[in-house]
Amino acid sequence: MAENKGVVILAETLDGKLSPAALELLGGGRGLADELGEELSAVIMGSGIAGLAQDAIAYGADRVYTVDDPLLKDYQTETYVPVMEKVVKEASPNIVLMGQTAIGRDLVPRLAFRLEAGASMDCIRLEIDPETKLLKQTRAVYGGNALATYVSEVKPQMATVRAKVMDALPRDDSRKGEVVTIDAGLDPSKIRTKFIEKVKEEVVGIKLEDADVVVSGGRGMGDAEGFKELEKLAGVLRAAVGSSRPPCDQGWVPASMQVGLTGKIVSPTLYIAVGISGAAQHISGMSGSKNIVAINKDAEANIFKVAHYGVVGDWKKILPPFTEKVKELLG
Amino acid sequence: MIVCAKQIQDPEAPPATFKVDPAANKVIPPAGVEPVISPFDEQAEEAALRIKDAQGGTIKVISMGLEMKRTVVLKSLSMGADELYLIEDPALAGLASFSTAYALAAAIKKIGEFDVIFCGRQAADWDAGQVGSGIAEILGIPSVTVAKKVDAVDGRIRVERVVADGYEVIEVETPCLITVSNELGEPRYPTMKGIMAAKKKPTTVWSAQDIGVDPSKLQARTKLLKLFVEERVGKCEMMEGETIEEAAANLALRLREVKVI
Ligand SMILES: Cc1cc2nc3c(=O)[nH]c(=O)nc-3n(C[C@H](O)[C@H](O)[C@H](O)COP(=O)(O)OP(=O)(O)OC[C@H]3O[C@@H](n4cnc5c(N)ncnc54)[C@H](O)[C@@H]3O)c2cc1C
Ligand SMILES: Nc1ncnc2c1ncn2[C@@H]1O[C@H](COP(=O)(O)O)[C@@H](O)[C@H]1O
Repeated sequence: MAENKGVVILAETLDGKLSPAALELLGGGRGLADELGEELSAVIMGSGIAGLAQDAIAYGADRVYTVDDPLLKDYQTETYVPVMEKVVKEASPNIVLMGQTAIGRDLVPRLAFRLEAGASMDCIRLEIDPETKLLKQTRAVYGGNALATYVSEVKPQMATVRAKVMDALPRDDSRKGEVVTIDAGLDPSKIRTKFIEKVKEEVVGIKLEDADVVVSGGRGMGDAEGFKELEKLAGVLRAAVGSSRPPCDQGWVPASMQVGLTGKIVSPTLYIAVGISGAAQHISGMSGSKNIVAINKDAEANIFKVAHYGVVGDWKKILPPFTEKVKELLG
Repeated sequence: MIVCAKQIQDPEAPPATFKVDPAANKVIPPAGVEPVISPFDEQAEEAALRIKDAQGGTIKVISMGLEMKRTVVLKSLSMGADELYLIEDPALAGLASFSTAYALAAAIKKIGEFDVIFCGRQAADWDAGQVGSGIAEILGIPSVTVAKKVDAVDGRIRVERVVADGYEVIEVETPCLITVSNELGEPRYPTMKGIMAAKKKPTTVWSAQDIGVDPSKLQARTKLLKLFVEERVGKCEMMEGETIEEAAANLALRLREVKVI
């Protein structure tokens, strides 16, 4: 490969637009590129996506590689990895970043092995070392009990970035950039997987990732019935309802409600944890919340180490009067 | 079928027992806490067992590490796997994702034919989430990650893959590699009969040389600079009251006071 220069990000799309994760990567990637004095390129792939190139430029990209092909309509490892490999070989970047999404977490390791490069997944901090100019990649390990900082020994330096770690820039339509069209060049006979369908599990109410207030229940809720009381509080606070892992595993609530290391990452203004002990894997998903409230009958529960406000006791006695009082105050 | 299962420090041990040695960049194993098979790897085996229940076949489990407590790794045989392969070599211990995938791929090549390799979505110690995809890439087979359901249908594997707002259904040719997530459901417990049967099942122990790997050629692609625990600053304000109901109401008042609600 030629000299490795520049930052390349994969800009994912959602409902025909650049995804929130893409805008965050454009903002964060712009910062890293400026620090290095290098260019920021965005890759947009899919079917019928060419029109989004200007958006990527308005949000920070100097160059956009678009790969438009009907075979790229749905994500498949077998189609996206070779296309991304082609673009990365063409761009010969210093750094490649993607979101820690269903796509990024699948694509990045496979691409890293193909390029014989290294990668760090789910980074919560990315910084340029002032001396070596290398990308320092910090991620949670041991379920969030510890953090580890890595550097790549080989280029390109690759990483996926956790949601909400980077900030999007305001849209600026006066930005100028170059658009490069790349041919996917896929051979359908070589694709060994078939995308059958996507099944959406509809969430009622506010989406967890977007909510400003999240009310979550844990194993301490006891059963699916317990979550009804949480829904009442959520209704009053206009909050989304989340959960620790056990209620999902038990089938009390859908799996898509899980908050944590292997669930959703949330950082609302207010997070209320009820009957949740505060395992590292759960805290990983919500420690970015601005105000954390814990309700737990065990005064020693680990959740009180991250909470700002706490009540010790049985939620069955606490939630009804709390919900009542909140209603009164907001009413 | 092949299952890759890693023995790790119990990830659900109380957070207070977790300690690192910052000078050595290592985790200090908590005293008295028994190691376990990484939970997603037990789910990976469960996925294989469900196919075996429905259609038959054999399951070989591979585990690489040191001082693998036989009770832990034997659990995979007790659950219903047929053969166990242990790669025990100090030169292969504690490798980074890149080298681990190479060593496991070498062991799999040595084992020979297979239809499906199952891995966990990530090992619950370093949470790297790379080895499965790495093995698939090295072996040149397709992979589907983060599965919640895996079925064998007409010689193909049908996978439900978890995504943020639901799941995708993907069909993949064999041989292939699937990584499994907890949404698959609880792994089965070994039965008494299973535990007895496990004792008679074959276990093979291999060194680096046995699998034809030269550890000096396994070069990590990333370097760990620093392992640390971030101290949490701040203190939790506990709500009090004459009664618990009053404490609950005080919480609402306090949140109002600080304009959080
Ligand atoms: C690899 C891996 C990934 C994981 N990923 C996640 C993840 O993404 N998200 C996640 O949440 N977990 C995850 N976990 C699981 C995690 O380790 C914990 O097991 C889990 O978070 C515990 O959930 P909990 O706090 O609800 O249950 P418990 O730890 O059982 O705690 C229940 C709490 O409820 C309290 N309680 C009980 N009854 C009442 C009552 N009536 N009133 C008030 N309080 C009460 C108890 O005091 C206790 O503190 C993961 C684990 C592993 C190994
Ligand atoms: N030492 C090991 N022995 C057996 N399997 C492993 C080992 N390391 C990783 N794996 C497999 O690869 C998966 C992903 O690991 P990782 O990429 O380290 O998070 C695990 O869930 C296991 O299935």
